[in-house]
Amino acid sequence: MLQKLYDWVDERLDITPMWRDIADHEVPEHVNPAHHFSAFVYCFGGLTFFIVVIQFLSGMFLTMYYVPDIVNAHASVMYLQNEVAFGAIVRGMHHWGASVVIVLMFLHTLRVFFTGAYKKPRELNWVVGVLLFLVILGLGFTGYLLPWDMKAYFATSVGVEIAASIPVIGGLAEDLLTGGTILGAETLTRFFAIHVFFLPAALMALLAAHFIMIRRQGISGPL
Amino acid sequence: MAGHDDHKDVKYVGDSRIRAQRTPNYPKDYSEYPGKTEPFWPNFLLKEWMVGAVVLIGFLILTVSHEPPLQVIADPTDTNYSPIPDWYFLFLYEVLKYTYASGPYTVIGTVIIPGLAVGALLLAPWLDPGPERRWYKRPIASGLMFMTIISLFILTYQAAEGHNWEQEERYAHDSPAQNVEIDTSEEGYQIYAAQSCIACHGDQLQGAVGPPIFDAGAKYDADGVRDLIENGIGEMPPGQFEGSEEELDILVEWLVSLGTDAAPSGDASDEEGSADGNGEGD
Repeated sequence: MLQKLYDWVDERLDITPMWRDIADHEVPEHVNPAHHFSAFVYCFGGLTFFIVVIQFLSGMFLTMYYVPDIVNAHASVMYLQNEVAFGAIVRGMHHWGASVVIVLMFLHTLRVFFTGAYKKPRELNWVVGVLLFLVILGLGFTGYLLPWDMKAYFATSVGVEIAASIPVIGGLAEDLLTGGTILGAETLTRFFAIHVFFLPAALMALLAAHFIMIRRQGISGPL
Repeated sequence: MAGHDDHKDVKYVGDSRIRAQRTPNYPKDYSEYPGKTEPFWPNFLLKEWMVGAVVLIGFLILTVSHEPPLQVIADPTDTNYSPIPDWYFLFLYEVLKYTYASGPYTVIGTVIIPGLAVGALLLAPWLDPGPERRWYKRPIASGLMFMTIISLFILTYQAAEGHNWEQEERYAHDSPAQNVEIDTSEEGYQIYAAQSCIACHGDQLQGAVGPPIFDAGAKYDADGVRDLIENGIGEMPPGQFEGSEEELDILVEWLVSLGTDAAPSGDASDEEGSADGNGEGD
């Protein structure tokens, strides 16, 4: 039955090569923790992606309750955390997941660096990886403001001051982030849009590039 | 999709599938690879999932055991709050405290140092172009990375040590200090507000520059409170009270009455905050 369904789709769309690209490849011995326990360092990239998926899912559920305006944002997070079933768990996954992603991404970066895996022919994938690092730091920074509590407000005001101190484009960067003359209502909606639409879009595009390049080039060989 | 150009000098390592001549993308027979390779699907993925499950369990334990923090709603007019970024930006926060990375030199801390770090990271494949991959065979690149990691740890530690974390607890949305009901019509409160006490301990005794004292009675008796007011403690200087002896009596009596009904329970961390004063302010 399932095979028939597969054949029906395959006849029309020729999906077997796609399946080969995604799943049908061989994993070399030197990255397989089942053969060499120390090869667990090769897991950090995949684990980073795993937690990123959790971030996407938990974030989608958070937006069901979160209200991005300065009057209601804090109250909506309070409601989410104290009244909604499993709200504290979902928010907890998103909050702690942000830290876990950064730790795992840091470890992944160090693994790639110290095994020299960024060298020819994988330079481009390294560059994409560094961009991914920056996008994820940006997600951390913009997500921090959203609960609109004391910590959020004052940490963001320092962040905006840092952006404003950049020579030449500082003023422009400040306006872009705050959306007005003060850190207020427009800043919150802006950070929400950046956190929920712009940066996740960039993240998905870069992740796609990252993975396509890995599949085309394969995992770097043993040292 | 790139990969049409035949660069003869490009030697691919590992199980790379890009060839000089493009062939249909059929995987090689596994026997052509040296060592104990195995198919990604399903053999490897089933084992790999064990690692994922271990991480997921650890992550979920973290989530269920630690409620995500939430402080009280933002109050831009509160000048006593000292800003703190999330932990992964603490190193930058610490850099900006250095003399030559702040004030007129802010650009060094905000643009030049982070710019150099990110630029070097982005350009690592071209800054370290040699064919050698082992970290100990390329001491400059590895040395710089080790130095960066050590600096990150030291800066983060210093920033964390220099911050008054008691503040975060005090501003928590469910902190007793934020939900205390002070009867401002009491005579004791009038004296509290007229004297300088209110400037450091807040209009609801929730603490500001100084620690919260809304539950003073739970920790000190009348003599203890009187001694603190007269002789000071920690950062609190002695002789701040400038009223009459009768007023002092009323104030002490009022403060001592607070803890007994206002405080839900004697909390160890709160006690430390009060007893030591606010020693980490500057």
